[in-house]
Amino acid sequence: MKYAFFPGCVARGGTPELYMSTVQVCRGLGIELEEMVSASCTGAGVLQEKNRKLGDTLNARNFALAERIGLPIMTICSTCQGVMSQANKRLREDAGYLAEINEVLAEEGLEYKGTTEVKHLLWILLEDVGVEALKRHVVRSIKGLRIAPFYGCYMLRPSDALGFGERPERQHALETLIALVGAEVVDFPGKSRCCGFPILTINERNSLRMVAKHTGEAKDLGADAMVTPCPLCHLNLDGFQPKAAKQRPTGIDLPILHLPQMLGLAMGMDTEALGLKRNIVSPKKALEKAGVQM
Amino acid sequence: MQVKLKVRRYNPEAENPVAYQQEFTAEVEAYSSVLDALMYLREYVDDSLAVRCSCRGAICGSCGVRINGQATLACKTKVVSVAPHGETITVEPMGNMPVLKDLVTDMKPFWDKVRQVTPWLQPEGLEPEGEYVVPPESMTHLNGVMGCIMCGVCVSDCTALEVDSNFIGPAALAKAYRFAADPRDGESQERLRALNEYGGIWDCTRCMECVEVCPKGVAPMDRIMALREKAMAAGFTNTYGARHAEAFSDSVKEGGRLDETMLAIRTIGFFNVPKLLSMAPVALRALVHRKLPMPSPFHAPIPDVHQVQRIFGRLEKKL
Ligand code: SF4
Ligand code: SF4
Ligand code: FES
Repeated sequence: MKYAFFPGCVARGGTPELYMSTVQVCRGLGIELEEMVSASCTGAGVLQEKNRKLGDTLNARNFALAERIGLPIMTICSTCQGVMSQANKRLREDAGYLAEINEVLAEEGLEYKGTTEVKHLLWILLEDVGVEALKRHVVRSIKGLRIAPFYGCYMLRPSDALGFGERPERQHALETLIALVGAEVVDFPGKSRCCGFPILTINERNSLRMVAKHTGEAKDLGADAMVTPCPLCHLNLDGFQPKAAKQRPTGIDLPILHLPQMLGLAMGMDTEALGLKRNIVSPKKALEKAGVQM
Repeated sequence: MQVKLKVRRYNPEAENPVAYQQEFTAEVEAYSSVLDALMYLREYVDDSLAVRCSCRGAICGSCGVRINGQATLACKTKVVSVAPHGETITVEPMGNMPVLKDLVTDMKPFWDKVRQVTPWLQPEGLEPEGEYVVPPESMTHLNGVMGCIMCGVCVSDCTALEVDSNFIGPAALAKAYRFAADPRDGESQERLRALNEYGGIWDCTRCMECVEVCPKGVAPMDRIMALREKAMAAGFTNTYGARHAEAFSDSVKEGGRLDETMLAIRTIGFFNVPKLLSMAPVALRALVHRKLPMPSPFHAPIPDVHQVQRIFGRLEKKL
């Protein structure tokens, strides 16, 4: 099992613990990674706001790089996944458009034929590694932990770009994984909402209200922690939680785990290697509940 | 066949007006819609159940409700599509607006926002003698947005409205686009100026809920993005939103990937010291946790960044 690894800007920037824990978990599961060091940013939907064709061309370049080494792309970010899925759909569905974009790529000696698959680690775990194999790697019980899922918009919408037609189970993938590692799922309506990150620097007040609403709601339902497959959600829900907590008289204090941090814990990995000390809201207390010291 | 429904009830005139869930079983056909099931309940089980509908064919826009947590038209949703294995279907009133009774919401806030964007043509100069003549190509891009049936489904599930009722919201912004982009309109500039204000186009989080739920393919978020592009092109570049879009693009162009620290600083503005300082505690916390990436110029570009730059050079529309 080998993938062209596309970590995305944030795992290489503001959330280094996501990168660390991904590498650890993949090594543990025997997933081979070839990092796409010369891949560019996907544009995150922001570049597409101004110029969709430019965004699609940058993504087509990334797809072409993976195609050349014959590997599917693995992402670890809901936004990267969503933006790439949307771009790939447009390119694959319209041969004329693809040809137009290939004209630009040709000058860089590249061509995208339309064959690259793009898959988030979350989907790879359940679809390629498989539930049975995963279960064999779960050696540390984190039973007793109550974990709330938080998807990130682009892992769920637009649904027609994300392969839900053939794989409807993707819509519950996070809950499936939480249950698989032995924790209890705390279902709540906010799991599919926006974390507020995209408007953080534009309208901080609204952005922090979203953080407080979702983390507070999960906390009120008894969650010990939240897990997300998106580093942008993580930046906001974790990094800005102390600031957002001022909106609630009782505070919040809900640790936010990256997807591979949660899995790594269940695989018995060292908390240091999973970068858990780098999380802003400390998961120490929650982990103690599961008998894990950090 | 039978279908189980869990319906949210609320009667403001009850002695103790609190909302509660009530379970029902309805007799329906395999081709029935959720609206058919609700009408069966009203007809044969409980005539106090309040449901709003008219056309029953996804035209009038009056039957918006939340089915299994997602807003949609009850008449356009087949029972078998949401309960293929006989699951219980939850039906609730739409969100982000007051509930009048059971599944009927008050659309007043919805209409107020639509009115707020001056939803009529404001042509320039004298009225022509006959019809306005415009080339068909200049109108075709408006077909999709003109399909809006004002059902409020997008507004129900908008994540920005959920935290700020001042936001104009997806339906009204889609309507604003419909007029700002109409070649016959003479007030585009003024429309765009107003849309740059607080509560306007930059408060959308790009969560795509509205695109996902709209039963008519209006794609309100795409219209909001088009409005942003139009506003920036029209010279409204001194907003956090416009600077964010610009700085993001510059960062990717310079290094091939995003430098978040510089993005934040550039969006807020180098000289906006109070706001920068307000971000400082968060940045400090990140530093202590060894999270923060080095800000430029230490942010190393990707190898082959020149390829990315050449692609930008070829495709970038400079504002
Ligand atoms: S994309 Fe924007 S307008 Fe649409 S639902 Fe989300 S926040 Fe609201
Ligand atoms: S944009 Fe779509 S969902 Fe929103 S009011 Fe119009 S038809 Fe309804
Ligand atoms: S009843 Fe008219 S749209 Fe559903």
